[in-house]
Amino acid sequence: MSEASSRIALVGNPNCGKTALFNQLTGSNQKVANYAGVTVERKEGRFRSPSGRSFQLLDLPGAYSLDATSPDEEVTRDVCLGRLPGEALPDLLVCVADATNLRLHLRFVLEVLALGRPVVLALNMMDAAKRKGIAIDSQLLAQKLGIPVVETVAVDRQGAQALVAQLEQDWPQPSALVAGDIQARHQQVRELMRDAVRQGPVVHSLDDKIDALVLHPVLGLGLLAVLMFFIFQAVFSWAEPVMDAITDGVSAVGAWVTGFLPAGSALHSLLADGIFAGLGNVLVFMPQILILFFFILTLEESGYLPRAAYLLDRLMFKAGLTGRAFIPLLSSFACAVPGIMATRSIQDPRERLITILVAPLMTCSARLPVYALLIAAFIPHQTVWGLFNLQGLVLFGLYFAGILSALVVSLVLKWVRKDKREHALMMELPAYRIPNPRDLAFGLLQRAKIFLRRVGGIIFALTVILWFLSSFPGAPEGATGPAIDYSFAGRLGHALAYIFAPVGFNWQICVALVPGMAAREVAVSALGTVYAMSGSEDAVANQLGMLIGAQWSLPTALALLAWYVYAPQCISTLAVIRRETNSWKVMLGAMAYLFALAYGAAFATFHIASSLLA
Amino acid sequence: MNLADAKKGLQAFVLAVKDAYPDDPIARRLRELGFVDGEPVKVVARSFFGGNPLVVQVGATRFALRRNEAQRITLQLGAA
Repeated sequence: MSEASSRIALVGNPNCGKTALFNQLTGSNQKVANYAGVTVERKEGRFRSPSGRSFQLLDLPGAYSLDATSPDEEVTRDVCLGRLPGEALPDLLVCVADATNLRLHLRFVLEVLALGRPVVLALNMMDAAKRKGIAIDSQLLAQKLGIPVVETVAVDRQGAQALVAQLEQDWPQPSALVAGDIQARHQQVRELMRDAVRQGPVVHSLDDKIDALVLHPVLGLGLLAVLMFFIFQAVFSWAEPVMDAITDGVSAVGAWVTGFLPAGSALHSLLADGIFAGLGNVLVFMPQILILFFFILTLEESGYLPRAAYLLDRLMFKAGLTGRAFIPLLSSFACAVPGIMATRSIQDPRERLITILVAPLMTCSARLPVYALLIAAFIPHQTVWGLFNLQGLVLFGLYFAGILSALVVSLVLKWVRKDKREHALMMELPAYRIPNPRDLAFGLLQRAKIFLRRVGGIIFALTVILWFLSSFPGAPEGATGPAIDYSFAGRLGHALAYIFAPVGFNWQICVALVPGMAAREVAVSALGTVYAMSGSEDAVANQLGMLIGAQWSLPTALALLAWYVYAPQCISTLAVIRRETNSWKVMLGAMAYLFALAYGAAFATFHIASSLLA
Repeated sequence: MNLADAKKGLQAFVLAVKDAYPDDPIARRLRELGFVDGEPVKVVARSFFGGNPLVVQVGATRFALRRNEAQRITLQLGAA
């Protein structure tokens, strides 16, 4: 069937509602991948017209111009020209323009027309245009541009019918003459606007009123702080029941499956201790990640996020970052992996690289189990200054240490690189919109799929390998110590203890650091294994807390907390850094600097705490 | 006057976007975004202490610009 289907590419300015139109046309029939060789997201879908014709639809990244200034725009340009390796030249370009913002979007339409390919213009958000009193003579526009022009409302169930009907007809080459340089094109747009668009009296819009608050230097920042506080509360409190359910579900399924296997067999251990324990530990973070992304997508769709980036730009620019880094860094509080992927929206390569390098310093949710275990075991439950809970203060301090370190690291990188080039902001603040539930659902579904693919892929493989390393070779006959002592992981732990003795880590911690590579939170269950205990995760955590509370010194515990503020060991983060930067050097650099910081912080914490307590 | 010094709420027209150096990509992108001769602009918001960055509406679109980007844009006064 794919032989007969026509290839169509959607192009248009950012914020033209292109992706909503794509979702409308293809429904859930879409797949997300990367373009070959570049880290730009490629969204493709299929659909069938009522007459049975089959179409293959490509959603190209939004672009202001084909004179590309970012990897996203380069992809759009190259696909439109048929120059991207592995990507066939589309049979038809559907140029999407926001009907409420034709002044800007028509200029890009002219640029696309100049390519000489068959083009259909979709005037999107016609409903919003009508509400704003904008009347567009689309027939006259079609005549002047020499291409078919259809009206669409992407958020409406029937809103794309006119476009589908147009796709069934012939696709002529555009006949209009298009001016060559920017100035002349703007002139042409003005003439088109004058002839084909009637703008009613401009009313003082709601956007003005919202922006007066949101962009206010004091009130706007206050609102941002309240929003962030609310989101973090939600991420931690809403997720809890679902996380408990996942933990219980995974252990129930695990118990059911392993029930068929003889206890004590290697296969039983692989399934129970390796696969179910390992994957369950990671899956449990999915609710938090999805809740955080729900807020991020909602804020993004509503048009708020670029405004938050504007408010924070000055502060972040001073630290060598950009306001745009706000979004990726916010995601990194759930998990650095989606955070690093979100840096794709940063056009400037240097600012993007720095954001990628500091993203792992944001306290991801995987560190929380480690923090929770150690804080409960070592920090007394008492009230400070009659108001604050000491344990809560320590937790806040750990989060804050991560943020502060990120600012310092980016500042250092800025000095080291001595970059004198100019880095532009030039960021569009789109009109406010009420987020469309269907687009939110698609966005969340994609995030969940990406996360699950990761769990099923790299994390699964590592879990099996690490289980193998901690199980073989088994303990010899008559051995007295725990079996793990004799395994590869155990031996590695003893060897590592020489390196970590100066920061106060005992060999058990060193062993736990090894499987903690797969995901930081695995360190908790690994410590449990090392101390040769059994039972559910919760029971392990509770008994483990008492055990380490009795066995470790306070400086050791504090040093381990300091270590985890930086903790470089998270294979998934390193893998995504490698993929997004396409460089082993950057990945190894990130690993080295995080390791150095973790070691340094643990060393300082251990020795300062030891001398204070001596 | 240039846009970087414009007060909040000011409405004016773009006179020109000047290249800060030959073949300035930032100036070119500003022109592509609609900052061209005769286009009406309005300063929507300015940060404290020097308005860096600031928010400008050109046509129907709002952009956040840093000070050195806005400095490239010269204005002609007059109500839109």
